[in-house]
Amino acid sequence: MTENDSRDALILLGCPQVPVQTSMALYLVHNLAQRGIRPVIAGTPAARKLMEVADPGRHYLEEMTDIDAAIDEITEKRRDFDLCFVFIHNDSGVAYAGTMAYISEARVYALIFGEHAEDLAGEIEFPCEVVAAKATHNPMPLKRRLDEVMQWAVLRR
Amino acid sequence: MGCLEALKPEILLSQTTFKEAREYIRKNIREYHEVEPGYRIFDVHIIGVPPLYIGIEGGDLIFPYTKPCHGTFVVKVPGGEEIARLRARK
Repeated sequence: MTENDSRDALILLGCPQVPVQTSMALYLVHNLAQRGIRPVIAGTPAARKLMEVADPGRHYLEEMTDIDAAIDEITEKRRDFDLCFVFIHNDSGVAYAGTMAYISEARVYALIFGEHAEDLAGEIEFPCEVVAAKATHNPMPLKRRLDEVMQWAVLRR
Repeated sequence: MGCLEALKPEILLSQTTFKEAREYIRKNIREYHEVEPGYRIFDVHIIGVPPLYIGIEGGDLIFPYTKPCHGTFVVKVPGGEEIARLRARK
């Protein structure tokens, strides 16, 4: 047994209109699973479908849920997570991350990307770890920033 | 709890930010109540960073409704029993 055996992480997907989201979410899921952290993905139907189609053999994806259902469970104290990664490329993403920081005991990571990543990062006024990179089509800038943070995710509670 | 779509919401502000929605309610609605993020009203959650407000105007509720792809809307719907529940909060 390791300390990660019972840990789980909520991955909150935003609107899937920016290409790097699906790629980075799969990368994140893989890295969490490698460290024994069970990933649960929440998102809009379109965001979830993009994930499902990208992983037809279900090598990476385990549990997926609707974004509102996940918020329901947390606000009603029926479930919570150790870690929460929120994908953000618009104001709604900031709003969802702020909500998670308030309702959940999880350590929240704001993964900010897209054309306006810097401006959005400036809007974060709640406790969370900010991981921001101007990445729209090429995921590498955000991947590099995430790789730094992944070390924190497994080492710090 | 009813479904928001079925209540045919009147849209007062469209595709804005949660901060602008907050300011709209604070400046334009005489009676408003602060709620915590995740507060459930009908079948939707109030999403955003505190303070978040829900207004009451006659028999109607005015509140921010955030959609992941389309930003935040300020909507107005008949409040029904939600008004008493909101006023009963401390």
